[in-house]
Amino acid sequence: MSDHQEALKHAIEIRSLDFFYGKFQGLKDINLNIAERKVTAFIGPSGCGKSTLLRTLNRMYSLYPGQRAEGEINFYGQNILDAKQDLNLLRARIGMVFQKPTPFPMSIYDNIAFGVRLYEDLPKAEMDVRVEWALTKTALWNEAKDKLNQSGLALSGGQQQRLCIARSVAVKPSVILLDEPTSALDPISTAKVEELVHELKTDYTVAIVTHNMQQAARVSDFTAYMYIGEMVEYGKTDEIFIKPKKQETEDYITGRFG
Amino acid sequence: MDQKLYRKRVRTNRIGLTLSMMAMALGLFVLLWILSVLFINGFAALDWNMFTQSTPAPGTEGGGLANAIVGSLLMVGFATLVSTPIGILAGVYLAEYGDQSKTAEVTRFVTDIMLSAPSIVLGLFVYAILVAQVKHFSGWAGMIALSLIAIPVVLRTTENMLRLVPGSLREAAFALGAPRWKVATMVTLRAAKSGVVTGLLLAIARISGETAPLLFTALNNQFFSMNMNAPMSNLPVVIFQFAMSPYENWVRLAWGGALLITLSVLVLNIIARVFFRDKTVKS
Repeated sequence: MSDHQEALKHAIEIRSLDFFYGKFQGLKDINLNIAERKVTAFIGPSGCGKSTLLRTLNRMYSLYPGQRAEGEINFYGQNILDAKQDLNLLRARIGMVFQKPTPFPMSIYDNIAFGVRLYEDLPKAEMDVRVEWALTKTALWNEAKDKLNQSGLALSGGQQQRLCIARSVAVKPSVILLDEPTSALDPISTAKVEELVHELKTDYTVAIVTHNMQQAARVSDFTAYMYIGEMVEYGKTDEIFIKPKKQETEDYITGRFG
Repeated sequence: MDQKLYRKRVRTNRIGLTLSMMAMALGLFVLLWILSVLFINGFAALDWNMFTQSTPAPGTEGGGLANAIVGSLLMVGFATLVSTPIGILAGVYLAEYGDQSKTAEVTRFVTDIMLSAPSIVLGLFVYAILVAQVKHFSGWAGMIALSLIAIPVVLRTTENMLRLVPGSLREAAFALGAPRWKVATMVTLRAAKSGVVTGLLLAIARISGETAPLLFTALNNQFFSMNMNAPMSNLPVVIFQFAMSPYENWVRLAWGGALLITLSVLVLNIIARVFFRDKTVKS
């Protein structure tokens, strides 16, 4: 670990994390700090466990019997793998956006308000403000302000994905997890989402899984390279991409992988 | 060589196409035959008295189906009111809560048996546990027998439709910190709404034509009655009794009743289709 990181506050500290899909071990002894208000990218070939790692951070895996994690994930000092952890509260604080846009079958307005209503009892006027704020934050306000009452499904793919990010942002979480958020989008929508990720880190801690190494290089401050369930190398993005310490990382980044 | 192979394929294609067209024509022909006989006899029987007068006594002239229409509407209506919440809630349980649990497996198994059970058996069951105990036939007993038929249909379609909702949508709702019941009611059930409503309409269509379970539960009633606690007239049983009777006006009423049931089932099916198509195109 470099000296720069020592000064940073960690939002999440992962300590000797193992993850199992039934008998199959998906993650092996992961140790990693996710810095507050920075963008951390997870890269690696398909099946390396980067999405699995992301899904442990909001305990999404707990929806499925047979999947379990061992070790510690400390979120501002609190171990979220603890059996007593309230999962709904955790997920309200650690939001997640998925690979495919998943607008709910309701209006654009209600898509945003749905999450907010879960934990806040806002009067209509304040809810309006919150919806506008979230949509502005995700650069969707101008495109969507005249059709707030239309179905979220009526938006284009790129707009839907930004709506999903707006929905996560609206509940004011502390961390936002992005699981390959642009893999289903065209280049222009991708550029917009990347810009957005850049904006988000002023207020939020962001962790992003991506297949696209240029994307990781563009948007992230820190990068973790993973391979078959193990963390191969982790450091500042500049260092990982310009001067990786390990040969495997360099092979993957330069495309000489395999 | 290639030419030969090609010609063989063209020939096979022609044979296959001819066979399937013939099968379709046969099916369509029989269906149209049934409908034309029904329409010719049914529309000839249709008049205003059918909706205002009750079923006639043996040997009397005229008469109508008012008591049977109201009886059918009441029993099917109440059966719908009962089976909708039970079927939908149980379907939500199976798809969103139970999943692979023992209770869910057993429920699914029993539902499948109920789905394929002959409706006369369900009627006999209600006769044994209710009618034979209180010692009189009633509209309530008929309603219960119809509900037993409708519930598994609603339950299964609800579960199947909920399972078609992509897991990513469910995860997205959970990712916002939504508790399970909110995810189920606000997101997945809403996403599957058109399919669930379609299942409901088909269940109503199914029970409005059922005769066997009503034979020894609601029985029949020659007079106009809205008392659910007494024997109740209903279209299917009236058709059953009147169609084979020696009285000409009874046979005429049976055709009229058959037409009414068929038309209402047809309308329900069309509504179900339109509803499903409209919603699926949008999403």
